[in-house]
Amino acid sequence: MSLLVVENLQRAFGGVKAVRGVSFALAAGEVLALIGPNGAGKSTCFNLLNGQLRPDAGTVRLDGVDLVGLPPRRIWRLGVGRTFQITATFASMTVAENVQMVFLSRAHRLLGLWTPAAGAFRDEALALLDRVGMAAQADRPCGVLAYGDLKRVELAMALAGDPKILLMDEPTAGMAPGERQDLMALTSSLVRERGLAVLFTEHDMDVVFGHATRIIVLDRGQLIAEGPPDAVRADPRVQAVYLGSPA
Amino acid sequence: MSFYLVQFLSGLATAATLFLVSSGLTIVFGVTRIVNFAHGSFYMLGAYIGWSLIERWGTTPMGFWGGVALASLAVGLLGALMEVGLLRRLYRSPELFQLLATFGVVLIVQDVASAAWGAEDLLGRRAPGLKGSVDILDQPFPLYDLVLIGLGPVVLGLLWLLFNRTRWGTLVRAATQDREMASALGVDPARLFTGVLFLGSALAGLGGALQVPREAVTLHMDMAIVVEAFVVVVVGGMGSLTGAFVASLLIGQLQAFGILIFPQITLVLVFLFMAVVLVLRPYGLLGRAEDAPPTAASTGPPLVLASGLGRWAPALLLAALALVPLVAGDYTLIVLTEVIILALVAASLHLLIGLGGLVSFGHAAYFGLGAYGAALAVKHLAAPMPLALAAAPLLAGAGALLAGWFCVRRSGLYFAMLTLAFAQIAWSVVFQWYGVTGGDNGILGVWPPGWASGKAAYYWLTLALAGGTLLLLRRAAFAPFGYTLRAGRDSALRAEAVGIDVRRHQWLAFALAGASAGLAGGLYAFSKGSVFPTLMAVPVSVDALVMVLMGGIQTLSGPVVGAAVFHLLETQAMSLTDWWRLGLGLVIVLLVLVFPKGIAGFARDLWLRRVDR
Repeated sequence: MSLLVVENLQRAFGGVKAVRGVSFALAAGEVLALIGPNGAGKSTCFNLLNGQLRPDAGTVRLDGVDLVGLPPRRIWRLGVGRTFQITATFASMTVAENVQMVFLSRAHRLLGLWTPAAGAFRDEALALLDRVGMAAQADRPCGVLAYGDLKRVELAMALAGDPKILLMDEPTAGMAPGERQDLMALTSSLVRERGLAVLFTEHDMDVVFGHATRIIVLDRGQLIAEGPPDAVRADPRVQAVYLGSPA
Repeated sequence: MSFYLVQFLSGLATAATLFLVSSGLTIVFGVTRIVNFAHGSFYMLGAYIGWSLIERWGTTPMGFWGGVALASLAVGLLGALMEVGLLRRLYRSPELFQLLATFGVVLIVQDVASAAWGAEDLLGRRAPGLKGSVDILDQPFPLYDLVLIGLGPVVLGLLWLLFNRTRWGTLVRAATQDREMASALGVDPARLFTGVLFLGSALAGLGGALQVPREAVTLHMDMAIVVEAFVVVVVGGMGSLTGAFVASLLIGQLQAFGILIFPQITLVLVFLFMAVVLVLRPYGLLGRAEDAPPTAASTGPPLVLASGLGRWAPALLLAALALVPLVAGDYTLIVLTEVIILALVAASLHLLIGLGGLVSFGHAAYFGLGAYGAALAVKHLAAPMPLALAAAPLLAGAGALLAGWFCVRRSGLYFAMLTLAFAQIAWSVVFQWYGVTGGDNGILGVWPPGWASGKAAYYWLTLALAGGTLLLLRRAAFAPFGYTLRAGRDSALRAEAVGIDVRRHQWLAFALAGASAGLAGGLYAFSKGSVFPTLMAVPVSVDALVMVLMGGIQTLSGPVVGAAVFHLLETQAMSLTDWWRLGLGLVIVLLVLVFPKGIAGFARDLWLRRVDR
């Protein structure tokens, strides 16, 4: 049973058709990689899925609920978490407070004027930070963290929303090779523990073929291949897109 | 029919002056990204210098026009001087600092002009050869205004040639499009910017000097014109010359015909027009989307709730303040009452700036609305003081809910301009709605009842209400409400992606800040016994900003410290010298250039350095 069903998604910027009729489905337990050369429309696809952009046509359904036209915050409440290509965290807060914010938001407690926020959901936040290996830095300001650590904080923030689906836009960009494998291994184990579904984009093919359970390939706004890693690797169209074809 | 034609022509004459001034403002903004408050002061200086030269030589056409040109050049040089001495150091500063620094120049020019030309209004000589009027369809129309009407398009044409047909103009346009790229191409930005400030200021000076035959030269010209020029530039699209021209024409006509249709609300009309344009076309008629400019405190150190004794410091301070009437005399209590009221104004503004990154340039509106809320309740409803004091935050909060709905739709400079516009709307309503508010005469006789009329009693009342609200604002900063506000400031993208409705939260914060300032206004009204429209004027908004800046943006105690120091300085300086505006202006410039973290921030840095050692 698919969690997320995307049908005929389209979006143009002026005359440029960035996404041209993309359809795919995502089931719980899957780690789906969305790959393609630069400019293929990957980030646009992501922004269409989480509501930052509105599609010109097509449908996005989560558990049968139509997401098109909803703002990102509503889509998040329905169970779609997200990490960004360029990390976005609350720089003036500590690592723990960043995660606590998400718990407060989930509990609809953002308007509280009296009880200090520092103690709210702190244990829950620390447990998540422990899971992503950031517990030791829980009380450091986010503004001073190394890039790879910020990616982990983002993952913890996404998990704090208790998502059904995790959208990760280049989750390992800017990380050292060892760190990359660690983070994706962690993601895979979280998928198994929590029955999540993950959709991620990535340029590092080692990461993609090492951790994806299934791969879809985008080129110039259209899906050109879909399948398990081995099949995609062998697909001549994919090889043509990545290596260039004489034709 | 002929009447309307003449009305139309006088609208065009107004538009010509507006365009001269606002073209300079928009050119300067386009290149430096600084909104120059002092632009109105350059206009005023142009008028004063022009007046002096025309008095001396203005009997012949050569002397008159030569004087106008010379005045324009002199003002241009002053603008270049300001670029070299001040603006050059601020290009990378947050916009709040830039706005405040140029406002410091406004204050300095005020006192200098008053010393040089006196406080009396000056009536200038009419332009030789253009003193009469012509009959247009049997209606007389001043000849000089016809010349002005012609001048607008001529200046637009000359500027167009300058920017499109000269190397210098091309470089300026390149720098407007992309500053980094221009300097990468080997353009020396420093010299270019100095030249741009010269040109922009000379245009303001020209506009001012050309007014000499039309109206009296006064010390109030600066704020009046700069606020109108802001509106023109924002409506036209910031940085767009053609936009400024079109907006000048529209606003000139709006004023000419608005006075026929809505004589009571001419002042409001212009700002309403701007608000509507900004909501419909976020970047003005011909503006292009700017990269969102950074806000005053886009990041800051984490707020940490003090432990140990520090946690009780605010409560201890309140307790100590409660004991003051036992030892202090009436004068001390009056000053302290004012300090506490101002501290609440500053703290409520700090909620927006320090936590939300929302630089409001019109916070005085809510202070004033609160004062009027209380005064109107007393005057028209004969309300007892407790009821009137409750009306203060209600009216201010309602006003903030209304204005905030528009303002939070924009960020950065546009937010600042919108808040300024709404403050001017509130001021205009109070100023022009004579029947209800008494207009310029204000409302008198707003005194506390017997039980609260003693200085000590009113001090305690103020301490309880304002101090209690200050504590609430402090709690709110550490509570989820304050955290959420900071979250939206730190990263709106991330905040929206974890379910936070950033705009709605900022709107609520705007209302909370407005209501708090309103309570301060109500307390102020009863402490003074009267209210006047000046409570809502731009200088009061700027005072509040200076208090926040003086205390330090990134600390919660900052605004309270800033309000205390500012008010003590002001009351002391005003009793000692007539030059307090000059002094305040210099203090602002000094703060921005040397102590950008303010007193509390500076003290905290010192403390941390000592602890580290």
